[in-house]
Amino acid sequence: MKTNDVIFQTATKVIVFIIILYSLHLFFSGHYTPGGGFIGGLMTAGALVLLLLAFDIKTVVNTLPLDYIKLTATGLLIAVLTGIGSFFFKVPFLTHTFSYVELPFLGETALATAVLFDLGVYLVVIGVTMTIIQTIGETE
Amino acid sequence: MNNLIILPIVIPLLMGIILVFFNRNIKIQKWLSAIASLASVIVAGIIVQTVHTNGIQTLEIGNWVPPYGIVLVADMYASLLVLTTAIIGFTSLLFAFSSTTAEREKFYFYPGVQFLLLGVTGAFLTGDIFNLFVFFEVMLMSSYMLIVLGSSKNQLRESIKYILVNVISSALFVIAVAYLYALTGTLNMADLSVRIAEMGQSGLLTVIAILFLVIFGLKGAIFPLYFWLPGSYQAPPAVVTALFGALLTKVGVYSITRVFTLIFYHEPTFTHEILAWLSALTIIFGVIGAIAYWDIKKIVIYNIITAVGVILFGVAANTPNAIEGSVYYLVHDMIIKGALFFLVGAIVAITGTSNLRKFSGLIASHPLLGWMFFIAALALAGIPPLSGFVGKLKIVQGGFEAGEYTIAFVVLLSSLLVLYSVMKIFIHGFWGEPNKEAIAQTSPKGLLFPIAILLALSIAYGFGVEFLSPYISQAADTLLDPSIYIQAVLKE
Repeated sequence: MKTNDVIFQTATKVIVFIIILYSLHLFFSGHYTPGGGFIGGLMTAGALVLLLLAFDIKTVVNTLPLDYIKLTATGLLIAVLTGIGSFFFKVPFLTHTFSYVELPFLGETALATAVLFDLGVYLVVIGVTMTIIQTIGETE
Repeated sequence: MNNLIILPIVIPLLMGIILVFFNRNIKIQKWLSAIASLASVIVAGIIVQTVHTNGIQTLEIGNWVPPYGIVLVADMYASLLVLTTAIIGFTSLLFAFSSTTAEREKFYFYPGVQFLLLGVTGAFLTGDIFNLFVFFEVMLMSSYMLIVLGSSKNQLRESIKYILVNVISSALFVIAVAYLYALTGTLNMADLSVRIAEMGQSGLLTVIAILFLVIFGLKGAIFPLYFWLPGSYQAPPAVVTALFGALLTKVGVYSITRVFTLIFYHEPTFTHEILAWLSALTIIFGVIGAIAYWDIKKIVIYNIITAVGVILFGVAANTPNAIEGSVYYLVHDMIIKGALFFLVGAIVAITGTSNLRKFSGLIASHPLLGWMFFIAALALAGIPPLSGFVGKLKIVQGGFEAGEYTIAFVVLLSSLLVLYSVMKIFIHGFWGEPNKEAIAQTSPKGLLFPIAILLALSIAYGFGVEFLSPYISQAADTLLDPSIYIQAVLKE
């Protein structure tokens, strides 16, 4: 018998966005408060897992056609390239820098290159978590 | 500040990542990984020369001064090992091109190899003990993947054992680092050495030293911690076994050498005596295994264990000659173990079996392979013009100087039995009546080329000792006098 999980699916549609917003908040707040790429990535992956639970794998893959292995590799590439970037400024590998920039709407904001490294971590964590869960889910 | 010495780490890392994007296109994977490891060989060669002319090179990652940040240190010992690793990596890739099945290649075999090389190189170059742990894990994770890739029944069973042993030893590693950090408050190896010299090596620190010996002994397969090795190394394909046999156990040996020459060198009567006896037992059990089996893979695998014992005896004896000998022997052993595993892989590819009783007379149809095996066997045993001789000579000489007569005789006797074990393969497998049904007439051309490179290196290594000796003695100087290393890192 096919159960009707319309409440679950409707609730998921709302909650997933809240989780993703919170995970992005955690990701950007990592420099000054607890948070960062790892926990942010895990929570984004958590939102995707909720989608997987509410709908089936096929629906989620059709809505979000991402190759998570390539996503992992992209994250790694970003992290390594931020390290290699320091070669061009004649400083040791992975030397980070930051500066204050006037941004529209946000005002004076500190932009640090460490965030780019964190972005790499974020993508790797999402990619690895989703690869593990989808691979196990698809195995008969 | 010298970004040159991070290149041997960054090149395989970057290439490993890029290869993930091309997992379906095997041709591009082969070209890219070959180019990357050739580049690694060249960079490693430049590093060796730089260290030779300008002394120890350091790189403070992220511009944080040690002991606060991670520092990479390329002294001569590490750079020589990085160069040898790069050469083994390159030849292994050449061997893999003609021996790996397309199925394995599509499932990220080449990225796995690149990440393995990254882990090994990083472990050699790092100057921070927790960073050493991280590189150990990078190396082990890739080795888990390579050992199970292909998922035959045998591989699955052996990888469970292998992963279990290594997870336990990694947990012990973390515990040992935690103890050490609690006592000294630092993780930088040079700073650790300074602080322990100030505090004096108390009983607690000696306990930690022995804990490190257990951990690295598990990785490097010394007696009685080698039990996982023979089974695990037999399961994966020949090229993976060659990478493991030539590189992984040597990282354990390198770590023992580093830790006991740089950090815990104040109580040699206790720690080094234990190390000496353990290495003697390692040699004995290694040769017992090597002469007991009729399986050519097993014979070579047990020879790894013997060699680990010989190298560590050089470290334990701790005289200038013995240390120099162990550096000579370590580099030689990485090259010759690579060559031997390739040879075994080629023989198994021809005969379809690794059981020595099932084939004979290989020399009639494959003379080149036969004579290459003969040279490799002589080099392994340490016959004078070849590469194994100088190292063993110096280790034995150092052993006599240190007054360890019994163990030095064990080393000498082991050479005889090692020679017997590989000559058994030569006599039973290559001589005799050709066994037609067991031997495929196809000639494995692509497989012989990487073996030829390694054997040529091994012969050149044996004949060019005079040319090499300034490099080796520079490596030994740093190991014998930790203050050279400390001065280069902390710049005091």
